Amino acid sequence: MRPVSSWGRLSADPHHVIELTDRDRVAAELTGATTAGIAHGLGKSYGDASLNPQGILWSTRGLDRLIAFDSASGRLTCETGVVLRDIQRLMIPRGWSLAVVPGTQLVTVGGAIANDVHGKNHHVVGAFGDHVRRLRLVRSDGETIECGPDLKPELFAATIGGLGLTGVIVEAELQLRPTSGPWLEAETLTFEGLEDFFALSDESEAGWEHTVAWIDCTSGKAVRGLFMRGRPTPATGSGWRERRRRLPLTPPVSLVNGLSLKPFNSLYYSVNRRRTGLRVVHYEPFLYPLDSILDWNRLYGPSGFFQYQSVVPRAAGLEATRDMLDAIQRSGQGSFLAVLKTFGHRAAAGLLSFPQPGVTLALDFRNSRALPELFSRLDDIVRAAGGRLYPAKDARMPRALYEATYPNLAAFARHRDPGMSSAMSRRLMGT
Amino acid sequence: MKIVVIGATSGIAEHCCRLWLAAEPAELVLVARDKAKLDKIAADLKVRSPDSTITTVLGDFLDRTFIQSVVDGTVATGPVDIALIAHGWMPDNQVGLDLATCEQILDVNAVSPVLFAEAFAAHFVTAGRGTIAIIGSVAGDVTRRANYLYGASKALLTRYAQGLDHRLIGSGVKVVLIKPGPTDTPMTARLKARGQRMAPVEDVARATVEGIRRGKAVVYTPPVWRLIMLIVRHIPRPIFNRLPL
Repeated sequence: MRPVSSWGRLSADPHHVIELTDRDRVAAELTGATTAGIAHGLGKSYGDASLNPQGILWSTRGLDRLIAFDSASGRLTCETGVVLRDIQRLMIPRGWSLAVVPGTQLVTVGGAIANDVHGKNHHVVGAFGDHVRRLRLVRSDGETIECGPDLKPELFAATIGGLGLTGVIVEAELQLRPTSGPWLEAETLTFEGLEDFFALSDESEAGWEHTVAWIDCTSGKAVRGLFMRGRPTPATGSGWRERRRRLPLTPPVSLVNGLSLKPFNSLYYSVNRRRTGLRVVHYEPFLYPLDSILDWNRLYGPSGFFQYQSVVPRAAGLEATRDMLDAIQRSGQGSFLAVLKTFGHRAAAGLLSFPQPGVTLALDFRNSRALPELFSRLDDIVRAAGGRLYPAKDARMPRALYEATYPNLAAFARHRDPGMSSAMSRRLMGT
Repeated sequence: MKIVVIGATSGIAEHCCRLWLAAEPAELVLVARDKAKLDKIAADLKVRSPDSTITTVLGDFLDRTFIQSVVDGTVATGPVDIALIAHGWMPDNQVGLDLATCEQILDVNAVSPVLFAEAFAAHFVTAGRGTIAIIGSVAGDVTRRANYLYGASKALLTRYAQGLDHRLIGSGVKVVLIKPGPTDTPMTARLKARGQRMAPVEDVARATVEGIRRGKAVVYTPPVWRLIMLIVRHIPRPIFNRLPL
């Protein structure tokens, strides 16, 4: 038993961690288990999706081998503990790229599938699961099942975004996208007011592959922010060198607090306002700005933090987003990392996938006593607007909200592997 | 560059291969016992570096005829730049083992690596070039009850590497002894499950590849182990034997 935390650092309960190192021995490990468990990659989900206190975690870190790559079709087969960054660094120089990478590259292929993650280019390519052609799933009874969009499609749809609950995914075949190289033409624009944000999003959807906005959630009624957009370019930027820093220790109190929040957000806004305009940048700092500071989650101190990520349909989006930002401001809570992005119209590949057409808002909150009340207010807004919350970021959504906003739960339940169970599955599904 | 890896399914060796191939295509000869594991690693490296030549050899590491023939065979197809001898075996509990298991620990961790190194040394001296890299351990500096047979084997490698280095002065052949601290690999999974801190295998592999490139005689990785072992070696016995090690 050893203590395991997820990215939000809200708990560090003991887990029985079993390291999987050989994909042919996973079935033997699973059938040998006497209690239910859940697969665990790099532990980057914020809440309890990959936690199972006092129970088994099957760590996939050692399943990190590539199996085959067809340079004509761009199909990559690999084990599911492979880290997205390793695929990107290997394949981009060869002219291929993962279609979808979330805001950090430091997640595993298995985690990206189990949470059907999305990136800044969702409006162009959809989510991670849209580019998975084949999966190899090991069930707790030892059975190995291959599935894909055209092979056992119901099980496949349950596994995409299925939070690891249909079995341990050991292998995946991914369709990569051709790329011109590592450089992006990027532009930062300022906006004031949500109408302005939506206008910029609509205008950018056709010509820009990546769009995302940072908002200053402390800025009052007419919310201000920075709209960032990027697209691949054959041009070459000035040299980029990876700088890896690490937050070396956990401060005794959260550095994100009532005193620091407003000055930081104002500073961030004014510094970046002067950097608006077009430039050529390397994809890594543009798409994964926080990957250059390892362990940045320690910033929130020993009590950890929550992320609240919602999506609401576009029709209700403007009003619901405004109501949520109002509620947050009135509560006195708030965050450095407040991100707003519009999703595309594509139907999700997974039964329990989070993305739906509309606008998604993500905010971090340091753990405090005021949060439950604020969250329940936000829940009401999201639910009334026909939206939902992102399980990968969640540690607290009420089961009733989950059941009301994920209508495919009953269909999903038929594909559950009874040997798979997480703190999240028990919280949201009862088992 | 032509690199021969003995014990290619070891975690450190596998990650060294990834680093070598990430820098430039190479000619790799991977030698191991377990076919299924070795085939997966070879396929992975081939995807990472399609322009590299990767061959696999299977055999019994305790069979000196095999050792001689695999070394002769790899040298026969062209001069070898690096021989990395990486195999090792650490049983969980080394107190009160039967003699057969004791012998096996010494054979796998000490005798077999020395025979491989001797076989390579003969060829490398003739060629006047090449690097023999051996994965030792900090456990070879000071060993303790939990793994003293393993530690004693690694201590033999420490002295052997030092003597081989002395023998090869002026020959153009380099000897590099790597001394990793506890490293996060399949070999140490049981220790990790008990909560022991481990260095990431990627970091240990990086230090190994860099130490080989620079031809350093002894590489401690992570480097702090050089200081730790210097101190521990000088703890008087009455105190050492009271430490909860």
